[in-house]
Amino acid sequence: MPSIATLYTLGLLAYGLGCVGGLAAHFLKKAGPLAASLLCALSLSGAILQFGASLGALLGGGDIAWSLVSGVPYLHYGVRLDALSAFFNLTLSLLSAAVSVYSFGYIAHSEIRKRAGLFCFFFNLLLLSLTLVFTASNVLFFLIVWELTAVSAYFLVAFDHESEEARKGGLLYLLMSRGGSGMMLVGFLLLGSAAGSLDADALHGVGQHLSPVLGAVTFLLLFFGFGVKAGIIPLHIWLPAAHPVAPSNVSALLSGIVIKAGIYGMARVFFDFYGELPVWAGMLVLVAGVISALLGVLYALMEHDLKRLLAYHSIENIGIILMGFGSALLFRSFGHPQLAALALIAGLFHTLNHGLFKCLLFLGAGGVLHAAHTRNMEEMGGLIRRMPMTALYFLIGAIAISGLPPLNGFVSEWLTYQALLAGFGATPTLTRLAFPVAGALLALTAALAAACFVKAFGITFLAFPRSEKAENAKEVSFSMRSGMAILALACVALGLGATWFLPVFDQITVQAFGIAASKDLVAANGLVLTPGSLRGGSVSTAVIALLLLALGTVPLVLWLVWGRKTSRVRGPAWDCGQPGLTSDNEYTATAFSKPLRMIFAALFRPRREIQTEFEVSAYYPKAIHFESEIEPTFETHFYGPLREGILWASSWVRRMQAGSIHAYLAYIFATLILLLLFGVRE
Amino acid sequence: MAVFIQIALVLFLSPLITGFSRTLKARLQARRGAGVFQPYRDLYKLLRKGMVIPDSASWIFSATPYVLFVTTLLAGLLIPAISATAPLSLFGGVLAVVYLLALGRFFLALGGLDAGSPFGGLGSSREMTISAIAEPALMLAVFTVAIGAGSTNLSSVAQAALGQSWHFLSPQQMLAFAALFIVLIAETGRIPVDNPATHLELTMIHEAMILEYSGPYLALIEWSAAMKQLVLMTLLVNVFFPFGLSAGWDPASIVLSLALFGGKLLLLATVVVLVETTNAKLRLFRVPELLAVAFVLSAMALISTFLF
Repeated sequence: MPSIATLYTLGLLAYGLGCVGGLAAHFLKKAGPLAASLLCALSLSGAILQFGASLGALLGGGDIAWSLVSGVPYLHYGVRLDALSAFFNLTLSLLSAAVSVYSFGYIAHSEIRKRAGLFCFFFNLLLLSLTLVFTASNVLFFLIVWELTAVSAYFLVAFDHESEEARKGGLLYLLMSRGGSGMMLVGFLLLGSAAGSLDADALHGVGQHLSPVLGAVTFLLLFFGFGVKAGIIPLHIWLPAAHPVAPSNVSALLSGIVIKAGIYGMARVFFDFYGELPVWAGMLVLVAGVISALLGVLYALMEHDLKRLLAYHSIENIGIILMGFGSALLFRSFGHPQLAALALIAGLFHTLNHGLFKCLLFLGAGGVLHAAHTRNMEEMGGLIRRMPMTALYFLIGAIAISGLPPLNGFVSEWLTYQALLAGFGATPTLTRLAFPVAGALLALTAALAAACFVKAFGITFLAFPRSEKAENAKEVSFSMRSGMAILALACVALGLGATWFLPVFDQITVQAFGIAASKDLVAANGLVLTPGSLRGGSVSTAVIALLLLALGTVPLVLWLVWGRKTSRVRGPAWDCGQPGLTSDNEYTATAFSKPLRMIFAALFRPRREIQTEFEVSAYYPKAIHFESEIEPTFETHFYGPLREGILWASSWVRRMQAGSIHAYLAYIFATLILLLLFGVRE
Repeated sequence: MAVFIQIALVLFLSPLITGFSRTLKARLQARRGAGVFQPYRDLYKLLRKGMVIPDSASWIFSATPYVLFVTTLLAGLLIPAISATAPLSLFGGVLAVVYLLALGRFFLALGGLDAGSPFGGLGSSREMTISAIAEPALMLAVFTVAIGAGSTNLSSVAQAALGQSWHFLSPQQMLAFAALFIVLIAETGRIPVDNPATHLELTMIHEAMILEYSGPYLALIEWSAAMKQLVLMTLLVNVFFPFGLSAGWDPASIVLSLALFGGKLLLLATVVVLVETTNAKLRLFRVPELLAVAFVLSAMALISTFLF
């Protein structure tokens, strides 16, 4: 049995080899199908090794893998697999294994194959740097690999560099990411100066030693800095721009795990670097969660670009995760470690679950895009007959993301509900009202998500094909289907086997609150999930699934008695007696979300334009042109003025840069004097 | 044993409530009506008929009736009906009930889209919209009750309610009941939200989704609709007015509580029918206002839990 450190290091080496190999294949112009498969095999084996290492670390206790001296003060290249790191690394390795399997077929059959070497270089680099982000034990090292992640993700998003949309999406991502890292850097330096070190071990609980004002500033900087990566509203605008334009296997990783790097950073800061936070901090996280969840799903409903729709759902789910985190912070502030553990588990479990089903849905959408050559849902339809397996996997993902039993999304949303409900009794006065209201809005979010996925699945896969492209779609290759199958199985397994999975969180909650919660969350018979005690409520997804199957005997008996004797013919749809139903009569995605667009008109501010062409009278139109759009609120009212402000400020700064070398020398001299003054005073 | 009693109860009592409502409604409109047992005859007739499946439909269309049927039936087993200990309530509380119904609805809406007829899409779209905006009011009211009982487990809720039978007079219970009553009307598709008696009207919601179903599939769907109505009504009567719920499952007390349970259901059905006959159907875009009222009521119920 190899040690955890060996597995981990070998996994990193596999990714590293993938990078080197990719670069070599690119420059030697040998990036054929064989090379691409080899490179995917490397990332797959890296993922499997990392999976083993993380699982071992979670169950057996973490250990320091290695640490290299750098020679630069405060920086050393250290990694460690403590419980929190191992959990995120586990999520990453699961997703990257599935995506690697998917990529075998995806690269071979798409435009990427022409530059497969370069693609695999960035792909492996992304996996390598993300693994290091989750496991770095030194903050400076963390920031370096964080940037490496951002850069490799940028090149993958803009990989189709001939499309302007891809270039713009990538650039927006890089810009927002830079802003986020700027805030993080300042925040970490403030923390580091209080601790006198930038090692994660030294930073444990250091938030306590900051003055209240400085502590608050640091918290806000780090929350919003990581919030950019996570995509909380209003820092989300890069998500729907960058995720859809990337190659689909990359979108799956972006939405599945890259944005979770922001969640990891928050978890690390909230529950490791800060021992306790004031009440307003928890409230801020909770409210940010509620707003992101609700607005995320409302904007998703208005999309008919399948991949943009999924990108907005990522914002929604980040919101649900933050509801768990926010409640955990509040419970810790009010001295309820048991409840805090419950809420933290809810948030972390949803992180893993969302990774799984969002990755699955993006891979499914990638399959559809690959087969039908469009992202526009209005041109799809009838794909369930042409690509039955992709449809099945997408349906599993859709049920899971809508939080419906008995799949994994239901379990983590149930835990979140229970945490919110418990909050009412456990907190004083007006704070307590926030919990049930957040719960009610979570219910609204989940129901809207279900509506959105009825639309996404129904319009994309059911009824008649709406265009020739959809008519001629073919099922995707075996490797692509296998990648989806792995994730679909994981969604089902985590849904039904949730009670067996919970011990994984024990070490994390011990580290954060000193409590192992899993034995309280699972009732005696091992199948029933509770919010800490049976008294508070209970649910068992495994038994629900079994009962649903068992109750199937009722319709079975009915069928045996009467049904099998009846005739069962296929015919044209009745449609109230109107013959000749075609795809032109079908309900569209825009029409499907129309009632919600009207109800939430105050938010969307929809605008529509109808032009009718006619010859004799308006009652005999020849052609009708319909255009409808909603106002991009954050872009117009927040980022528009912000951009104006930045341009205005830069025009002022430009006056300093007159282009005269004497002036520049003077600036350098002045800076030197100032710094010396600073140094002397110290 | 208790499980089978409750399965039988949910299966065979639900068409009776539907039949009772229809007959009462007919009488109030000065019609004779088809009789209380007509839904049973309808189901029996549909089960023996042949069916036509649209060319354009996939396996989703065929799976929907089964999924809808079993999820609704299971929701019925998680709710205390005649005994305060529901047979399977250990395996799922009120959240499981709400989400099982949502799973059924998810498939029903997909079934509506599957045939490709515009009516189906229209029905699915409206159904998902109305259920989504009813959800916060439903959950907030449910939370108020769950907080009062300290549990989301419905058996615990019913037992807590039994302990203090006149508790329903307290403001939070009355407000939560009013909110849930509005949600009941919206979720079961009754006037003023949807008209269960329409067919081939542009205002229809539930009927539009199931337009393409016929024969045994239609029977399963109609039966599920009746069961869903029973489930939601049971939730209302037993959580707020738990009188007569037997504590265990011994035969003597079961018979008595069955009679009382039937009486409470018929009373609630009468109120629903009275609302139906005295109101006109709302325009679709007025429905959110009604549900907003429900949300405000449940928010007030929540606030009054720590005022009183």
